Amino acid sequence: MDGALVVVQLLNGIQLGVLLFLVAAGLTLVFGIMDFVNLAHGALYMIGAFICASLTLALDSFLIAIALALPATFIVGYLIERVFICHLYHRDHLDQVLATFGLILVFDTLVHMLWGPAGISYPLPNWMNGQVNLFGFVDFPLYRLLIIFSGITVAIGLYFVIVRTKTGMLIRAGASNRTMISALGVNINQLFRYVFATGAMLAGFAGMIIAPITEASIGMGSDILLIAFVVIIIGGIGSIRGALIASLIVGLIDTMGRSFLDDLMKLFVSNQAAETSAPALSAMLVYILMAAILFFRPQGLFPPKTR
Amino acid sequence: MIAGLKLHGGVVVAILLLLAFAPFIIDWIDKPFYLDLVTRMVILAIAAASLNLILGYGGMISFGHAAYLGIGAYSIGIPAYYGEYDGLYQLAITIIACGSFSLLTGYVCLRTKGVYFIMITLAFAQMMFFALVSIEEYGADDGLVIDLRSELPFGFSLENSVSMYYLCFFILLFFLFIIHRLVNSRFGMVIRGSAVNDSRMQSLGFPTFRYRLLCFVIAGVMCGVAGWLLGNFTNFISPEMMDWTRSGELIFIVVLGGAGSLFGPVLGTAAFVLIEEVLSGFTIYWQLYFGLFLVAVVLFVRGGLDGLLSKFSRSDK
Repeated sequence: MDGALVVVQLLNGIQLGVLLFLVAAGLTLVFGIMDFVNLAHGALYMIGAFICASLTLALDSFLIAIALALPATFIVGYLIERVFICHLYHRDHLDQVLATFGLILVFDTLVHMLWGPAGISYPLPNWMNGQVNLFGFVDFPLYRLLIIFSGITVAIGLYFVIVRTKTGMLIRAGASNRTMISALGVNINQLFRYVFATGAMLAGFAGMIIAPITEASIGMGSDILLIAFVVIIIGGIGSIRGALIASLIVGLIDTMGRSFLDDLMKLFVSNQAAETSAPALSAMLVYILMAAILFFRPQGLFPPKTR
Repeated sequence: MIAGLKLHGGVVVAILLLLAFAPFIIDWIDKPFYLDLVTRMVILAIAAASLNLILGYGGMISFGHAAYLGIGAYSIGIPAYYGEYDGLYQLAITIIACGSFSLLTGYVCLRTKGVYFIMITLAFAQMMFFALVSIEEYGADDGLVIDLRSELPFGFSLENSVSMYYLCFFILLFFLFIIHRLVNSRFGMVIRGSAVNDSRMQSLGFPTFRYRLLCFVIAGVMCGVAGWLLGNFTNFISPEMMDWTRSGELIFIVVLGGAGSLFGPVLGTAAFVLIEEVLSGFTIYWQLYFGLFLVAVVLFVRGGLDGLLSKFSRSDK
């Protein structure tokens, strides 16, 4: 367990955390304001990646592709809200879960029809490839640093919008008490439509920037969605700050667990026992964390103040 | 109203009769493949009925119920991997494993409410899923092949597909009977009461947490038995059995059939398996239509098939 590896894995953990935050932000806002459980949120992550893949391959430019794919996912999110989601607000959670579960099947199959069953990988521009030397002793891929950087930029931007602007104030007010704010003459449904589409765009953005590393594939949305749910539950549903902190915690614990748990366990149990049980245990780590947090604080770490 | 009862009861009786004589009918029309389909349907119906106990009657929306199918299946798979084929022994493992898993997770989950409950049950199921995916010894992603089905006492052989079917069918009937007795007992009243208004039940003096936990455990064990049957039936187990989409399908079956009605899960499973079978024979993109169907059911069908039947019955009196 040398220092360089620890630093690299720490950065990888932060990178995963940033990605989780981009997905969880929309999810937690949608839930916080409209009390709506959206399982189909991960589909936007996948759709963003596929749209960006096609555009990158067609235009031969990753950056232009992202610039075009962002409004495209915004529009997709807006349409999904108009066609399906807006009929489901007044339903109970069971109906919402089922309907959005159905939407996952629909979108996964649509992507299968449009882009085929195999994943699509697309190249980065040359200048984004390569390693950067950090602190004089660690080499870290430049692109992963860029992911961390853009994620943090988005987080700061979101924070600014939510804390410092009038729209943000309305969003926070909507999350605290939706009935009251609509009684005060704010069209909360319309506001919400844009929040939903923005959340969709952020999830799509996360998909676009990770796909050059992992490739765009069917099912990528569901994988990240489940961890994003763990994040918003740990952070407290409806809280952006909670989502940010919980994303970083979950990203770090997951990454560090996968790389160092076996070494750590070898200190306490036999080598063989550590090697067989560490992979299983590290895969369970974030869920154990969630269970522990829910056991002591069933409302999450940073629940938004209500009423 | 009497005609209504007749129609509703009639459909249920007809389905049960069909199921009771399914092997003979299938033998008669000479389509042995359908016996597999019906067996799978009956096993799914057991799982759905157990979910209905907590979801339909208890209001506990578990999004991790497929985990018990998986645990039950691995409770034969792992002993079989070590050459242990004694069915009762495997069944005991199933019951202990599912009982303790549901007791432990239920203890945490039931402290939460609403969407937290949905998500935490989902997370625990995912935890089991990822744990089994990463255990190389038991096949990880690829799963395990089970060479022999469970050996049961009195020379009852599961290798014969007709006896396999009847075992599943009788377990389904037995569990439906238990659920019927449970929900109409004092215990069931407390469970149903706390689904409607938990604080009122508590202020009436019922320690509802214990009641709900016990109900959660009973449902978990029942679903584990379904998993035990499923593992035996497919002769192959893999973590995919407890994939979260399986849990979603189970919820869909319960809602489609009619949550909180005794035979709803049976109706729901029959409809689900038929739709899946017809659609998947029709196009490889069947999940598109299936997903749209699911959304449509949620938006337009309240009370599930069971509710629809009763509604039709009431209007044609």
